[in-house]
Amino acid sequence: MTVTLNQPAPVAGTRVMGLGAYRPELVIDNEQICQWIDSSDEWIQQRTGIKTRHRAPKDVSVVDMAEGAAREALEHAGILGAQLGGVIVATVTHPFATPSAAADLAHRLGATPAAAFDISAACAGYCYGIGQADAMVRSGLSEYVLVVGVEKLSDFIDNHERTISFLLGDGAGAAIIGPSEVPGISPSILGSNGEKWEAVAMDSSLLNFRDALAQARETQDATELLNAENRYWPTLRQDGPTVFRWAVWEMAKVAQQALDAAGITADDLVAFVPHQANIRIIDEMVKQLKLPEHVMVGRDIVDAGNTSAASIPLAMHRLLKENPELSGGLALQIGFGAGLVYGTQVIRLP
Amino acid sequence: MADKNEILAGLAEIVNEETGLEVEEVQSDKSFTEDLDIDSISMMTIVVNAEEKFDVKIPDEEVKNLTTVGDAVDFIANAQG
Repeated sequence: MTVTLNQPAPVAGTRVMGLGAYRPELVIDNEQICQWIDSSDEWIQQRTGIKTRHRAPKDVSVVDMAEGAAREALEHAGILGAQLGGVIVATVTHPFATPSAAADLAHRLGATPAAAFDISAACAGYCYGIGQADAMVRSGLSEYVLVVGVEKLSDFIDNHERTISFLLGDGAGAAIIGPSEVPGISPSILGSNGEKWEAVAMDSSLLNFRDALAQARETQDATELLNAENRYWPTLRQDGPTVFRWAVWEMAKVAQQALDAAGITADDLVAFVPHQANIRIIDEMVKQLKLPEHVMVGRDIVDAGNTSAASIPLAMHRLLKENPELSGGLALQIGFGAGLVYGTQVIRLP
Repeated sequence: MADKNEILAGLAEIVNEETGLEVEEVQSDKSFTEDLDIDSISMMTIVVNAEEKFDVKIPDEEVKNLTTVGDAVDFIANAQG
């Protein structure tokens, strides 16, 4: 007789039950940025739309920010940390390859023994996390899953470089995913194009850093050592035009795929919340998707900068706070970034 | 297949749509960045629209070499085959 395995009982649908946000206290305006690079407030706003970005102080970690956002999301969702079956943290700036930010966060929230893992998918991380959480809940594996997009990009920025540093900020956004009688999350479109691996990336590995310091130490020259530290500490850089072209024209096609998979059209949306990479990317995507006038667009980048995995939940949290009438309506969210990777889905706003 | 004059005219229209510059300003000897003050982001939009209009491919790595309007016209003309 063949032995059969059990499988969890699937549920009819999933939904976003609550959102939370954490914005760190240090506000860096363009005047400050122009002390680091030769530029102007006018140029930065014209190129990127950014007026300010927030950055966390030294004593505030990725997990601290994640916790702040997560607690608000739990409260909004009306559940306790102890009820979580999964904790997913999307980040590329937790400074340990292991142990994960998620394991620490789960412990802090009283969620032990929930499944806990980090996702490294850059600016697509939050949408990857939502896709993963949707699958975990819908399959019956977990009842409630927390997804956090969080970054402390300021730890990995060279403020004097001109391709990306002035765009970047820190922060965290969180969502609680739970079961629903009707679908509240559409099929996720998750993908990659590793051919463009170098288009946006940290420019050095920890091994490069270690080896460069070792070599510099042999010279017994303090300046050599300082130069090696500055040159080889990993910092983010991008080929802006390549990323722009891919983000606008390729990602607009992917966003359309998400609408098609959801079985809706742009007319059915109340909101569009793309990754807050650059206001010109956002504006061009709106044009490419031919979004009707009534669709509100997240443009949190103006004040928050580009916060990678945190940008979509932060923008969505703000949009809902400023426009509570959007609650219950459909929002298209799309993340895209280093990898290159992308993730998108339509959700019903909590 | 368009000849170089047609390509220049088509390109001028695209530049005008993207930047508001008058089509007469878009001359072969003009540098995109120095003379026409077109930044790299607008340049990409112009490139993608030109690809569609003239049914050619202009890879990212080639865009950096298109310093003047004339460079772009020549590239498109050659790419048409």
